[in-house]
Amino acid sequence: MPPLTARRLALSVGLLAAALLLGIAVCASIGSSHYTLLDLLRTIPDREIAQATVLRVRLPRILMAALAGAALGASGAAFQAVLRNPLADPYILGVSGGAALGAFLATALGLEALLPALPVREAAAFLGAAATVGILFLLSSARGRLVSYPMLLIGVIMNTVYLALILLIETVVEFSRLHGVRLWMIGNIPIEGYDLIGALSFVLLAGVAGLTLLGRDLNLMSAGDEAARSLGVTVERTRVVTVLLASLITALMVSVAGPIGFVGLIVPHAARLMFGPDHRLLVPAAALIGACFLIAADTAARTMMAPTELPVGVITALLGGPFFLWLYRRQGGGGYFE
Amino acid sequence: MRFRHHGAAAPLFDRLSLSLSGGEFAGIIGPNGSGKTTLLRVLSGVVSPEAGDIRLGGRPLRSIPPRERARLVAVVFQETQVLFNFSVLEIALMGRAPHLGPWGLERPEDFDAARAALRDMDLADQEDKHLQELSSGERQRALLARALAQEPRILLMDEPTAFLDLKHRLQIYEILARLHRDRGLTVVATSHDLNLAARYGSRLVLMHGGRVAADGPPAAVLTAGLIREVYETETRVERDAATGLPFVVPIAPVR
Repeated sequence: MPPLTARRLALSVGLLAAALLLGIAVCASIGSSHYTLLDLLRTIPDREIAQATVLRVRLPRILMAALAGAALGASGAAFQAVLRNPLADPYILGVSGGAALGAFLATALGLEALLPALPVREAAAFLGAAATVGILFLLSSARGRLVSYPMLLIGVIMNTVYLALILLIETVVEFSRLHGVRLWMIGNIPIEGYDLIGALSFVLLAGVAGLTLLGRDLNLMSAGDEAARSLGVTVERTRVVTVLLASLITALMVSVAGPIGFVGLIVPHAARLMFGPDHRLLVPAAALIGACFLIAADTAARTMMAPTELPVGVITALLGGPFFLWLYRRQGGGGYFE
Repeated sequence: MRFRHHGAAAPLFDRLSLSLSGGEFAGIIGPNGSGKTTLLRVLSGVVSPEAGDIRLGGRPLRSIPPRERARLVAVVFQETQVLFNFSVLEIALMGRAPHLGPWGLERPEDFDAARAALRDMDLADQEDKHLQELSSGERQRALLARALAQEPRILLMDEPTAFLDLKHRLQIYEILARLHRDRGLTVVATSHDLNLAARYGSRLVLMHGGRVAADGPPAAVLTAGLIREVYETETRVERDAATGLPFVVPIAPVR
């Protein structure tokens, strides 16, 4: 992989953005009804139904999938760098698990029924994710410094506790009451309004831009904290800002789209194998690849066994796992993780 | 200056005082655990002493902004593990970071500086290889190239030749000597190789249990008596006929 230049950065990001636009157009034209994007330009008798199907059902869901995929991809890349661990991702760190517990608690306590007009579940999921990040920070800081090694261990332990609590809630609370949150948990991408999608896009763009700007610091931190410090990086500040930004965009998207596994782990690796390890390109590339990957997985989830919808998490794992293993073998395997 | 490892009851350094002059080539020697590496970490500013301070040209090191400090002082630690498959050229380019704006990409002159450093390190034809594909000696030279690309005034090195064969051991010291001579680079290197340290260092600092046991020109520091006391080893110190420098021949550990 040649070193990063402005030209290579612009070309790679442009190429991926074009692929994403194409993916959105193609996926908006696939579904259980036969309407395509082109029908909107033609004058056909059922134009209004075509418009409603494509613009109000498929497109919002595709955009939501793209946002969630981008957040998981970019934050996975950032977490892996800042924790110096190729296995780190928002799922393993417990951020997604915290969101899930928050959503279940809100439903079990009947808060959703109490305040039907407000996005209670989403708010509770966000609070759960934010609380998890808070606990991670508290438990893995020593002498005011964030230490990376215990973070992963604490994340794994918290995930286990969260899962136990969710199972407990599932056992205790009446089955029918949990239907909605269970759907969310499986990771069915919801159809949201364009207002929400617009607001989420804004936060996502800001988050990914912030992580990209931290890219050079993340590169230097790949050689260890002290080496990075000797090259002028304020390591503690970079680590705190990175974890906060990555957690914020993950928590927001997970709270709406549900905890979708595998994307945050494999997308950064796929991006690294395709575009090299430089985080100034890797972070935006992982965001765009994550977006493409999740809209493809979601389209497969809603069409493969139509009218039955598969959980998108099943697709991400079944597509992502073998694809990643193939990429990994193709690149000579072994040395990559050393 | 006083420095204590995290959680340690007793400080490693207590009232340690050391002054190095610009343009010096100093070797820091001493047995394992004597504080050589920690001294380098404190001097480089990546850790701060508990009391007292390190001054660089009269300015307290901790008051110098990190990026400015990185333009003045470069450091190569031992056994640096680099995560992810960065190429040799990318590693050397990392040394340019303190010279760039906070967000910028490397400019053509940064590529020139990185490639010049790789040429100095005999790695010019390996720039596309990944660090993981290199031998341990080549990896060490790649990290040294990163420090040279930093174009520092002071170069601190922890055991720069630990993994190297005879040729590259001498080659690294020859390059350091040349940079020292031509560009006035201040070099401070720890070493277990007393003869190499004596040959290239104009000054040796002998550490023992966190204190400076001896400090001066090689002939004054490398005496059989001092080495017996600090290294617990019987040696014979000869004078090299060609260079006139002391030459240590180890005999046996002291029981």
